[in-house]
Amino acid sequence: MGKKRLKKLFDKKGNKLSIYLTAGYPVLDAMPKLVEVLEQEGVDFIEAGMPYSDPLADGETIQKSSAKALKNGMNLDLYFKQIREIRKFSNIPILFMGYFNQVLKRGMDNFLQECVDSGIDGLIIPDLSPEIYMEKYADTFDKYDLGISFLISPTTPDERIRMIDNLTSGFIYAVSTSATTGKKGEFGDEHQKYFEEIKNMNLKNSVAIGFGIDNRKKFLMANRYADATIIGSAFIKAINDEEDFLEKAGLFVREIKV
Amino acid sequence: MKYTIDELGFYGEFGGAFIPELLQKNVMELRENYLKIMETEDFQKEYKRLLKDYVGRPSPLYLARRLSEYYGTKIYLKREDLNHTGSHKINNTIGQILLAKAMGKTRIIAETGAGQHGVATATVAALAGLECVVYMGEVDIKRQAPNVARMKMLGAEVRPAKSGSKTLKDATNEAIRDWINHPKDTHYIIGSVVGPHPYPDMVARFQSVISEEMKWQLLEQTGRDFPDRIVACIGGGSNAAGAYFHFLDNAAVELVSVEAGGLGIDTGQSAATSVLGSKGVIHASMTKLMQDKDGQIIEPYSISAGLDYPGIGPLHAHLIETGRSKVLTANDDEALRAGYLLTRLEGIIPALESAHALAGLEKIDFQPNEVTVVNLSGRGDKDLETYLLNG
Repeated sequence: MGKKRLKKLFDKKGNKLSIYLTAGYPVLDAMPKLVEVLEQEGVDFIEAGMPYSDPLADGETIQKSSAKALKNGMNLDLYFKQIREIRKFSNIPILFMGYFNQVLKRGMDNFLQECVDSGIDGLIIPDLSPEIYMEKYADTFDKYDLGISFLISPTTPDERIRMIDNLTSGFIYAVSTSATTGKKGEFGDEHQKYFEEIKNMNLKNSVAIGFGIDNRKKFLMANRYADATIIGSAFIKAINDEEDFLEKAGLFVREIKV
Repeated sequence: MKYTIDELGFYGEFGGAFIPELLQKNVMELRENYLKIMETEDFQKEYKRLLKDYVGRPSPLYLARRLSEYYGTKIYLKREDLNHTGSHKINNTIGQILLAKAMGKTRIIAETGAGQHGVATATVAALAGLECVVYMGEVDIKRQAPNVARMKMLGAEVRPAKSGSKTLKDATNEAIRDWINHPKDTHYIIGSVVGPHPYPDMVARFQSVISEEMKWQLLEQTGRDFPDRIVACIGGGSNAAGAYFHFLDNAAVELVSVEAGGLGIDTGQSAATSVLGSKGVIHASMTKLMQDKDGQIIEPYSISAGLDYPGIGPLHAHLIETGRSKVLTANDDEALRAGYLLTRLEGIIPALESAHALAGLEKIDFQPNEVTVVNLSGRGDKDLETYLLNG
């Protein structure tokens, strides 16, 4: 399915909403239940974060959720098992989000095969730089039916964005601000200008804007420029409740989408 | 065999820059400028002047007569402990602060384990009049109180790293995140030969002054400009990289790296990365690290905060993989004993990190006429409490 499911998603007209969740948070078996609720509430695709001990690109909220998830007992075997469970009832596109060492340690072929077998559609690996990917790993990744999304940021020069566009299959992940995930503050003129510039580049891939989107106002602004909006830290904060996380998850999406 | 980096910053299969796009601009700016700036005459002149008049270089190469007698061989100590701020770390921070200024940066960040690199960074930031934030694990803040006080007096802000094991690994994560959040004004002074390319190469170059001096000092004292063996401790491995640098291509020089065994390799309380570790990415570099089957990084342990690190620099991974360097392990108790031994034989109190290198001497079969240089990377003032508690 992989690339096809992502393509079908982005071929549809209209803005898409993606939610990032940390597998194993707030409770070990939360992910399948959360995906069910999120899909019902109209979320279009899921970023399923595999918690990592040393998440360099993540701010405090996701760091803490990762530490909690690992403590709850989340591991890669369980992660793939839960993805399989989800595939019994849902066709929603799901991306693996994690750090390169997790892919590497499993053995790259093993890892990618497991992604395909369990029903993962694409990958976001923030610390795999496009240069190193191209030089060392693209041939391996190409053997599998999986999209790969690279990040761009406000500091990424145009020609580099083009290069990244060529490497990407799925969508480009445009980071809203030069900061780790979950940074506070409203979007100003600077953000608007950046989003506009990306839109005007008419990239081959669809563009999703993420990082720092924690309210409806920012969600709407991102929607004006991008094909999709990704919400992570704000969602993780909202479901910080081992009892009521499913209700809170539904409520969160409803408040954003209205 | 080649011991230098390729275009993407790899030593063989180790190194590179596994960085999020958010760091790309910072890292590229540094990569494009470090050699250019370092090679200018102005830079070289100022760097050498500061090393001489401010740091107090050259550091002596001292024939330790009683220690030599004890082991039945010739042992020289490269006295990095006599540098300003008390360790080899200042060689690198002097270089990087000049680089930061040349690149127009106004804010300095650093990570620190034992606090030696933090102090060396706070020192040069004061010297340059730049704002300085040092990330230090909460656990290390407690066990290295004198260095925390020094950093504060020097005007640096010491920010506790509260995630993970609350030690050097986590302080490094926090510093990297800070750099991501300050893409314009900030230079990150990494203290070891770790991190994304160009750091391992850059830091090794700044530390190479150690082996550069050793060459002429050995020639003067032994009539030959190389030793039979160099012994150094490795956490990340910056003092070892500096001590090996000019001898890497001389196969006659045996390179011995001593890792921290903690309570013992099989106890689960260890920092012996090359024994317990496997290939992977830590702090944006492909190297060897301690990790579980899912690639989660394992929290290390050593009595020495400066060696309490679950990775090693990619150069060292390459040297070990190719057989160019040999690794020994010294446990907490062995390092403490070696620290006391040097103190009583030579009147020099070594840093606990350097005491690991000294403990390595117990495991070497010496010939009487061989020349061994131990890189005495730092002095032990900061560790007095630990020494006395375990004496």
